[in-house]
Amino acid sequence: MFKYLPHTHADIEAMLDKIGVDSIDDLFSDIPAKLKDFELDVPHAHSELELIKHFKQLANMNKQLVPFMGAGAYDHYTPSIINHLINRQEFLTAYTPYQPEVSQGTLQYIFEYQSMITQLTGMEVSNASMYDGATATAEAMFMCTAIRRKQREILVSETMNPNIINVLKAYAEPQDIKLVMIPQDEGHTDLKALKEKINDNTAGVIVQTPNVYGIIEDYEGYSEVIQEKKALFVINQDPSTLSHLKTPAEYGADIAVGEAQSLGVPLSYGGPYIGYMATLKKHMRKMPGRICGVTKDQDGKRAYVLTLQAREQHIRREKANSNICSNQSLMALFVTIYLSTMGKSGLYEAQQTSFNHAHYLYDMLLKLPQFEAVFDRPFFKEFTLKCNIDTDVMNNKLQKHGFLGPLDQGLFNEKDKGLVTFAVTEKRSKEEMDSLIRILGAL
Amino acid sequence: MYYGHTIFEKSQEGRRGYSLPKSEIKEYKLDEKLKRQSCPKLPEVSEFDVVRHYTNVSFKNHGIETGFYPLGSCTMKYNPKINQDIAAMEGFSTIHPYQPVETTQGLLKIYYETQKILSNISGLDTYSLNPYAGAHGELIGLMIIKKFHKDNNDLKRTKIIVPDSAHGTNPASATVAGFESVEVKSNKDGTVNIEDLKKVVDDTTAGIMLTNPNTVGMFEKDILEIQKIIHEAGGLLYYDGANLNPILGMARPGDMGFDIMHINLHKTFSTPHGGGGPGSGPVGVTKRLKKYLPSPVVRKAGDLYLIDYKDEDSIGQISHFYGNMGVVIRAYAYLLTNGKERLPEIAKMSVLNANYVKESLKDVYKLPIEGICKHEFVFDGLKDESIDVRTLDIAKRLLDFDMHPPTVYFPLMFKETMMIEPVENESKQTIDHFIKIMRTIAKEAKKDPSILKNAPYNTPVRRLDEALAARKPIVSFKDYTDSLKED
Repeated sequence: MFKYLPHTHADIEAMLDKIGVDSIDDLFSDIPAKLKDFELDVPHAHSELELIKHFKQLANMNKQLVPFMGAGAYDHYTPSIINHLINRQEFLTAYTPYQPEVSQGTLQYIFEYQSMITQLTGMEVSNASMYDGATATAEAMFMCTAIRRKQREILVSETMNPNIINVLKAYAEPQDIKLVMIPQDEGHTDLKALKEKINDNTAGVIVQTPNVYGIIEDYEGYSEVIQEKKALFVINQDPSTLSHLKTPAEYGADIAVGEAQSLGVPLSYGGPYIGYMATLKKHMRKMPGRICGVTKDQDGKRAYVLTLQAREQHIRREKANSNICSNQSLMALFVTIYLSTMGKSGLYEAQQTSFNHAHYLYDMLLKLPQFEAVFDRPFFKEFTLKCNIDTDVMNNKLQKHGFLGPLDQGLFNEKDKGLVTFAVTEKRSKEEMDSLIRILGAL
Repeated sequence: MYYGHTIFEKSQEGRRGYSLPKSEIKEYKLDEKLKRQSCPKLPEVSEFDVVRHYTNVSFKNHGIETGFYPLGSCTMKYNPKINQDIAAMEGFSTIHPYQPVETTQGLLKIYYETQKILSNISGLDTYSLNPYAGAHGELIGLMIIKKFHKDNNDLKRTKIIVPDSAHGTNPASATVAGFESVEVKSNKDGTVNIEDLKKVVDDTTAGIMLTNPNTVGMFEKDILEIQKIIHEAGGLLYYDGANLNPILGMARPGDMGFDIMHINLHKTFSTPHGGGGPGSGPVGVTKRLKKYLPSPVVRKAGDLYLIDYKDEDSIGQISHFYGNMGVVIRAYAYLLTNGKERLPEIAKMSVLNANYVKESLKDVYKLPIEGICKHEFVFDGLKDESIDVRTLDIAKRLLDFDMHPPTVYFPLMFKETMMIEPVENESKQTIDHFIKIMRTIAKEAKKDPSILKNAPYNTPVRRLDEALAARKPIVSFKDYTDSLKED
């Protein structure tokens, strides 16, 4: 007997009897003998005690560091109640809400999630989530070419996180979508270059704010240029910064996407995170993924249901908007509870603290000879400096003191070697920052 | 109906659910022209408001622990609690994805070891754990097929063969990967029609996507012939791992001749479905396709685990980081708990359960495909076709008995499909109870079809007006309050 398998010997006998076969092996007689001839070479079964011991060892092989790095993954505070709530089995173990009468829990939180994402972005409609910010951006690219069917070119700002650009490239290739880079002007997407590059074949323009250097981009005047060529405007934005910053809707975006990990989701070595996507109602029928809507049941009671499913793969098959099926639903619940708990003032306060602390660290580091300013541009919680010492030496030293140092942009782009990007959230105390400054000052 | 409210309707101005430390740092000012014009309308609620709200919201869901969940092709098995504890360990959850590899050896070891076990179980060479879900895995697999033919300068291969019984994601993924799908017909028992396959295969065939056992639970007995036909025509075979559970330790897709496959860790390896993710869809390949796997790749050099971004032949990057690591940790724990000893038992007990349900109900429900099935099978409505009751009605009535219905109206081969997958964790007692209820429902249908047609009665809400939702989409709380003003 085994804890996950309840069958007793008597059960098995009775069941085989009902089926009318002599042995379990008879149930596998349809598999050619040739295919059954192999030996599994996998570890032996572990008891719970052995399992815990093994994983404690593995966990100890990772070093917990205090991050001053972001680059797409931010160490924000997670209210304790979130994990308690998302681990309720009713949420955790349920499947996709295809039987709405017994899935109102999932459907309701998706509806609340959509409501919060549309509030943050100013857009009109959100889907139920995407895998991550990078793939959400790739799906936005597909939306552009689906809406502007004859236009096959996408303009991508050079100031976007290179990982997102890489994902766009991988997704664009099989569909022969042409990606054209918009160069930067001192750390900001260059509007002049955009005007030069945009043409009648451009289906979409994709930009990111805050960008890879942490700079807040200002898209005043962009949508006019983009609309004139009947292209779509896609803004990838860290949603946590939307407590303060001008929204994609205010800049005239057609699609807002991004990585919502910054809404309190643990770092977890890169996943599970959650991509978000929101758009205008006129584009809703081209949006990928699940959308939840309000309706009534036969007694007239308010209820929720997946709607506009004729866009999706399980109905439309090869004609679907996207192949997405499972997404990151439980993480959408995570974000919904985060935004409920932090609420209107909490999100603002946490982000204002991140903003203040990042600016404090920026000012203090510039007093050291080891660092120089690079860009004269506004930033939010991440900023880039020129580092006058060997970055490997610096980061090794910081690691010895328990810190994860800044990102060397050389990792992304050879030409940017020596430019380092620090991230500071509300979790970084003055004490931690002062200690970091002391260590760096002594190098 | 206070508990029926949304979180927005519980909001009271000035209420708070959080506490943040006081900061000694002075306030910095953001340039006015970069500021949003109005505040986002987020809820203002206390911590307890949030807890009670979402606890009550959860009560409106049926989970695996609530009751039987025989949802075909979804493998709704028990999600062990210990795996939750393990994934939540701080040594995993607090690690930044860009930490130097010397500080993340434990996580990289989990990644590496998991891909090694998956390779052995499936008979393939190597896996990438970067794909986030089954459909994501399909897309990555198809990108690899595309790159393979492109590298061979075999550019006319634009078609992917997909059986009519395939999951909807298969043809959808083919389109996203820039292929055209060609449908191949099934035999009456749901297996691939070899004659039809020979007709559709030619020098434009890039590959075929198959689930084996297929979506009606039948093992493709002719799989070795199928692989010969496809390979001789120059195509590749893709295995959709959605139905891997019943062949664990019994047969391996790699030995069947498959070149590429994905595994749904949230099905076969028990990681929670989460109401639709996060899942994980690792993609495995044979040796000759290894170089195409997505970047980055985790590899081992001596005793050190490394992350490699520099493979020139790779299809490129398909995720921001390394996939859903938190999900991979749970799957690895499940693999170790079961180990070599139990993996074949999983397959055996899932197949035993499915055949038992099938044989126990085929006198009242129409069984369109006779014979031994694997982990799942389909009924085509009630056996007595004179009764005016549809599969949808049977499904809705099941809800009244605290059971989740089977997958309905899929695959599309039959009119009243009910696809039943009673996983290995379910005891004979639970299954007998299900059988009893299914019989009761069949009796009710005969006596008075309206009982079923008006079901469910005991659920949080009853049947929904789906047409209304589509006609007038209300997709946010703002839409909802606007709609109230209109009324």
